Amino acid sequence: MFIIGELINGMYPKIASAIKGHDKKTIQKYALDQISCGACALDINCGPATDNPLVDMRWLIETIQEVTDKPLCLDSSNPEVINEGLKAARNKTVINSTTADLEKLNILVPLAKEHKAQLIGITISTKGIPQNMEQRVELAAKIVTYCQENGFPIEDLYLDPILLPINVAQEQIKGILEVIREFKTISQPSPKIVIGLSNISQGTHAHSLINRTFLTMAVAYGLNSAILNPKDKELMDALITAELILNENIYCDSYLEAYRKK
Amino acid sequence: METQLVLEKWPGVISTIEIGAKKEEGGSRNSTVKIGGESTLPLLFKEGALPNKPKIAFEIWDTPAQDWQEGLLLAYGQEINNPFDWADKCVNEFNAELLYVKMQGAHPDFGNRAPDESAKFISKLLSRIKIPLIITGCGDNTQDNLILPAVSEAAKGQRCLIGSALQDNYKTLVASVLADGHSIIAESPIDINIAKQLNILISDMGLNLERIVIDPTIGALGYGLEYAYSIMERARLAALSGDKTLACPFICFVGQEAWRTKEAKVSLEQGIMWEAITASSLIQAGADLLIMRHPKAITKVINFIETLYQE
Repeated sequence: MFIIGELINGMYPKIASAIKGHDKKTIQKYALDQISCGACALDINCGPATDNPLVDMRWLIETIQEVTDKPLCLDSSNPEVINEGLKAARNKTVINSTTADLEKLNILVPLAKEHKAQLIGITISTKGIPQNMEQRVELAAKIVTYCQENGFPIEDLYLDPILLPINVAQEQIKGILEVIREFKTISQPSPKIVIGLSNISQGTHAHSLINRTFLTMAVAYGLNSAILNPKDKELMDALITAELILNENIYCDSYLEAYRKK
Repeated sequence: METQLVLEKWPGVISTIEIGAKKEEGGSRNSTVKIGGESTLPLLFKEGALPNKPKIAFEIWDTPAQDWQEGLLLAYGQEINNPFDWADKCVNEFNAELLYVKMQGAHPDFGNRAPDESAKFISKLLSRIKIPLIITGCGDNTQDNLILPAVSEAAKGQRCLIGSALQDNYKTLVASVLADGHSIIAESPIDINIAKQLNILISDMGLNLERIVIDPTIGALGYGLEYAYSIMERARLAALSGDKTLACPFICFVGQEAWRTKEAKVSLEQGIMWEAITASSLIQAGADLLIMRHPKAITKVINFIETLYQE
């Protein structure tokens, strides 16, 4: 499982104030903590409150690259911010994200190619968030086809089916699980699937339990990657156990420890 | 159309272990031996690196061999009655690259030798022969916990490979090996889950995974060879896929298993073939280090390895 740590996000007050005050130590601590808990990559999002996301994105990347060479997931809906991030990045990068809209694809797919970045495509368009499986698959196919026609390697493409909060769209969650499997049949080689896990428990009173229950189910449906909080130990334990049950790793009595030694 | 080979790219690599230390490294060996380092499955030369050929160690005991076949005894002649002459013969006559000594004399049924005597034996052996050494106890846990620390200390700085750590008896040996700068053999009973668990237990005590050699326990041809083969293959696939807790070289005690079979007892020639075929099969399963007994079987397997590794 390609685990992307979600905590460096300006929507969290501590990160927002660290960005504002150019407090390197706090950001670097968040980066290293997440890596030591199992993050393979770090999501970087300046947050909604910033006045100057271009400057902030560059500063965050330069700050984090001082302490790690793990891949960085440049998280912004603004292609200019992503472009600025790509220019600043020495580490491997993942663009988070393009939508299925041509105006986004036309900018971000060439950028990803140019910088040899991976790309997350979210199955959303200007028409809004799809409300059923057919619409999700249609948007996913649109992204995959665009990438194929423009020479972007599908191995480097992640599709995000957009996970909705359970308290808003309970009737859709099962379909989102099924769509994980469906997306993989769109092309050969198949695109990878990523989700932003915390969405599912937004506004609920049982974040951690809902997150880890959904994650273990999604792993069984073939999920490849998740943007999540790696510092949630029970979540990570559940993930490791799910992969063990799927025979991804060899069992031993200390399998949790063994996984963390990897 | 030209046939294209399908090549796999593995993220993992097996650790490289050097046995023996020369003078400049604080030992007194004239040569050292490297095992491991593979970044692909056995013999897939086009797919990844196989930097070190499988190596063979001659087996000797610290006491005259007992219960060995007539044909084996004849191969070594008179010298088999004196461990030092026996060792000399392996080195001088049979050009051994590595020597394995089993401290059988410490076994309650084979002399019950005391720790200081065992230590003295190793010191003397180290001054007699100058090739790298692999040492194991006699298999009796109580005795091994007494003699192995003494033996390990006597060989301090020589970077030996010492065994065997077991799931229910590893702490004493790990502490000694750690203190004296050796590598360790971790033995599991044809059980990949225990092999993995034992490696974690050992590394938790501070001995790097890069200093562990796995003894998966093997059976000879006709006696569970294919079971050992499948365990080794599975461990190797996991290791190459990135599981560091299994990314260790394998040691296989071929001689003792092959010469125990009734087929090996039928005739000397058949015994030699039984040992050679068991060893060559295990090389294809990923064995890095083979412990063998008959010089003719060893020559056959060395020729086999040379043929396989020809460019």
